[in-house]
Amino acid sequence: MEVGLMQRQWVDYTKSLFLEDFLDSQFIELQKLQDEGNPDFIVEVVSLFFEDSERLLNDLTAAFDQPDVDFQKVDGHVHQLKGSSSSIGAQRVKNVCIAMRSFCEEQNIDGCLRCLQQLKQETCLVKNKLENLFRMEQQIVAAGGSIPSTELIF
Amino acid sequence: MVCEMENGVIEDMDIEAVPSMWPEDVGPDVRKQFNVERPGADQDMLEEVNIIEEPTIVDFKRLIELTNYTEKGSSQLQYLAKQWEYKQANAVRLLKEELDILSKQRKEVELKKLKILEEHLFEEERYAGDKRPISILEESCDIWQDIPRRKTDFVFQSKRVEIDAEYDTVTYWKQRAMDLEKLLEASLQREQMLAEKLKENIKNIEKQSSPVEELSQILKRADNFLHFVLQNAPVVFGHQDKELRYRFIYNHFPSLQEEDIIGRTDVEIFSGAGVKESQDFKKEVLEKGLPAKREIQFDTELFGLKTFLIYVEPVFSKAGETIGINYMGMDITDQVKKREKMAKLREEIAVQKAKESELNKTIHITEETMRAKQMLATMSHEIRSPLSGVVSMAEILSTTKLDREQRHLLDVMLSSGDLVLQLINDILDLSKVESGVMKLEATKFRPREVVKHVLQTAAASLRKFLVLEGRIADDVPIEVIGDVLRIRQILTNLISNAIKFTHQGKVGINLYVLPYPPIGTGEECHKKSTADNSTVSINSLQDGTCLLPSQNGLCGQKHSDINHLNCDGPGTPSKSETTMNGNRENKSCSPETTVWIRCDVYDTGIGIPENALPTLFKRYMQASADHARKYGGTGLGLAICKQLVELMGGHLTVSSRENHGSTFTFVLPYKVSSSCSPSDDSDEISDDESTNDEMTEGFFQFQPHSFSTLSSSNGSTRIPNSLLHTTGYPTSTKLNGLTEGVPYPIPLNNIANADVVTSSKSQCSSSHVNPNLDNQNQPDTNARLQNVGGVNSLPKLETTKLEDRLEKQSNKLQKTDQGKERSEASNHCRNSSSGPEVTLALEPRILLVEDNKTNIMVTQSMMKKFGQKIDVVTNGIEAVRAVQRRSYDLILMVCSFYKSRIPHVFNSKNSFQCSYG
Repeated sequence: MEVGLMQRQWVDYTKSLFLEDFLDSQFIELQKLQDEGNPDFIVEVVSLFFEDSERLLNDLTAAFDQPDVDFQKVDGHVHQLKGSSSSIGAQRVKNVCIAMRSFCEEQNIDGCLRCLQQLKQETCLVKNKLENLFRMEQQIVAAGGSIPSTELIF
Repeated sequence: MVCEMENGVIEDMDIEAVPSMWPEDVGPDVRKQFNVERPGADQDMLEEVNIIEEPTIVDFKRLIELTNYTEKGSSQLQYLAKQWEYKQANAVRLLKEELDILSKQRKEVELKKLKILEEHLFEEERYAGDKRPISILEESCDIWQDIPRRKTDFVFQSKRVEIDAEYDTVTYWKQRAMDLEKLLEASLQREQMLAEKLKENIKNIEKQSSPVEELSQILKRADNFLHFVLQNAPVVFGHQDKELRYRFIYNHFPSLQEEDIIGRTDVEIFSGAGVKESQDFKKEVLEKGLPAKREIQFDTELFGLKTFLIYVEPVFSKAGETIGINYMGMDITDQVKKREKMAKLREEIAVQKAKESELNKTIHITEETMRAKQMLATMSHEIRSPLSGVVSMAEILSTTKLDREQRHLLDVMLSSGDLVLQLINDILDLSKVESGVMKLEATKFRPREVVKHVLQTAAASLRKFLVLEGRIADDVPIEVIGDVLRIRQILTNLISNAIKFTHQGKVGINLYVLPYPPIGTGEECHKKSTADNSTVSINSLQDGTCLLPSQNGLCGQKHSDINHLNCDGPGTPSKSETTMNGNRENKSCSPETTVWIRCDVYDTGIGIPENALPTLFKRYMQASADHARKYGGTGLGLAICKQLVELMGGHLTVSSRENHGSTFTFVLPYKVSSSCSPSDDSDEISDDESTNDEMTEGFFQFQPHSFSTLSSSNGSTRIPNSLLHTTGYPTSTKLNGLTEGVPYPIPLNNIANADVVTSSKSQCSSSHVNPNLDNQNQPDTNARLQNVGGVNSLPKLETTKLEDRLEKQSNKLQKTDQGKERSEASNHCRNSSSGPEVTLALEPRILLVEDNKTNIMVTQSMMKKFGQKIDVVTNGIEAVRAVQRRSYDLILMVCSFYKSRIPHVFNSKNSFQCSYG
């Protein structure tokens, strides 16, 4: 495949990620932090995030399996997930976290469970999307091209 | 009446026929008594009847005689029979006619009777008519009904004897004798009948009781009825003669004896209000001869305050002269009271309604005004936002390379922008206060520091040869609770006003406690350990050369605060430690008390003319148009001050002498916090040790030493951003020199709520600090963080460059460049405050407390980008250890998070401190 086409596809894909609110400007900040000295920064951070989030989601699921839901604990987990998701700019995950925290405050188990389900979905979704993105980047690099600057997109 | 009339008619006939039979005196008496007129038509009618009757009877007799005594009689008889038949027919006709007439007459009489009855009734019904009413005695004529009607039983026909025989012959006399005999016989019969009748009548009369008795009985009954009816009626009535002397009185509430009243007039009997009026009223009626009614209010000693409705009518003699009055009074006091009450109520209702509508109008107007004010607030806000954008951009522009002229233009632009911003802020404040939106905050603060800071700020922008001083009485608490921002605003406003209108001498603030509320607040216990007093100012006091580079602009003050937060003088623990300990013991559980602190802001300026004083605090008012031209300003400042002071429950006054100066005084209540709230702030005595001398400092003075340098500045007082950072920088470097383990404040107020360390796209430039940034109104945690990051993470390159420049400028004080002037000022500060410690560490140390790996990674990268290295710990305990190991200039952590998750950090007796914005 031609590099230019791949690059264009990458740009379109990235654009769609922002337009569909999967990512926010924080992701651009991350991209800015990535440089020659630290070429795999984003991939590292993102995979760290997914490791972390998987653990948190498991903890959360476990917490809701308990007969007495410890909302404080749940709140703590969601807070962490919120922090890390906003760190990488996973906007939709972050928004669900915010909603879930307010349910937590109300001690609304149904609402929380709904949110948890959503969280799993969103995390999965954004993971796939980012994996796609990284694959495209690898292809571009493998084809000898360079990743276009994100700032050009906007 | 009806029967009487009938009687009369019949009597007439009787008398004519048998005049001797009827007692002479009866007829006229009856007539007189009832005084009824005879209708004229009756008599004619009677005459007619008489004429017809006579011949009939006589003819019949003659017919018998003729047939008896003459032969010719048979033929004659036939003729007579014929004639008789004719006459008979004629008589029948006449009789019929008579009957008709009689019945007609009867009808007429009946009609007349009805008419009279009606008239009579009508008369009776008339009240207060000018005819005299019929006496109740006349009404009782029913007694006569029992008396038999005279002569109704039999009627005599008058008969005249007519004899056909020749006069004076035998036959004539015979006949005559016979006739007379017959008449005599009839007379005798009649006499007998009359005698019988008479007897009967006499018997009847005897049977009946006498009319007098009857009358008196009736009178008695009437009287009883009257009494019965009147016994409870609140009425009084009486008769007075034409001299208005009482002849008769009936009073339901007799309070006077008969002899006290009869024969006297009202005026002679009673005294008091209303008596004369009633007398006059009666006189009037007497004179006019017409009855009248009137309501008169009496207030006499006899029966107190009473209202009577009085009806007075004149009494006429038969001759038509007034001979007195009848009057009747009814007590209507209660009714009058009720009526008056009603009237009053109605009046009140009317007034209430009027008030209500007025109120509605006012409410409407107020609502309108409020809306208008809110609108103004909104609009001001709308204007402010883009304007601050313009100013910010201009500030950024001022950091770029500009030639001299461009810089000058930019300065003008900035100062104009500042002015407009200030004006809008003022309007916004004012409308906020007036529309009730303004919310006061209750935070702990130290009055000494506020005064000091305000004076420092003022001194920094001072361009006159003035001494600024502040005196705080010893009894002013070290810490009080109030809305420090507003109080600072008031002080700043008053001070800048004072400076504006003072050309030589001094301007100052006096602070002392007023005695009238409960005293005993004494020295204040400590609360926040942040000890946000600055060594800079202390040192500047000592050597008297330092002028802070901040001013009362938008950003200067803020930043100077931040600077002071960071620095902490080496303490002199001896004296104050004991004080503080003592306080603690005494006050550890005392409830909150209120202390009234009076603040005088005085100057030796031009003063205020007396006639301008009343309007001084009004909006858009200045002492005179001249002043406005000469000194500028919006005229809003004092209005805002006054409103704010009043909002806080105090009052603002002014006293002034023209050309000698003015003193603005405001008195405000403050709460004094008790010291027993150890849980939320880790509060150490040791902190206070270091700052004790500053906490109790009672006098500050800022003298215009470096006036020569300052005077050359070109007017704009804005600080370039790069320099802002440098002012923050030296103070933080100083901290590194502190002994390890000695606690110190952490300027966390800017990042207190930051959840994640992020940098937003729009504000990622580290050299740009939003000039409007403020703890209270900047909600964007990212931006706050960014700000702090910016301040503390200056690229090393820039720092060293600045150092060089500072060195140069300290040697060349005469520079006119504003930016250089600022640097010079900050150089002073730095030198004086930190002394030899400056060189210890130029790179700030930053500690990140975070347990989220992703966040740590991102933050680390960001800091690296800024050229900073950071230490990372993952929980509160580690953080405490790290802090004990070495000191940090900045600790990034999420306070609320740690408070909730790792509470023991805050409960443990360690030196970990946190300051909340």
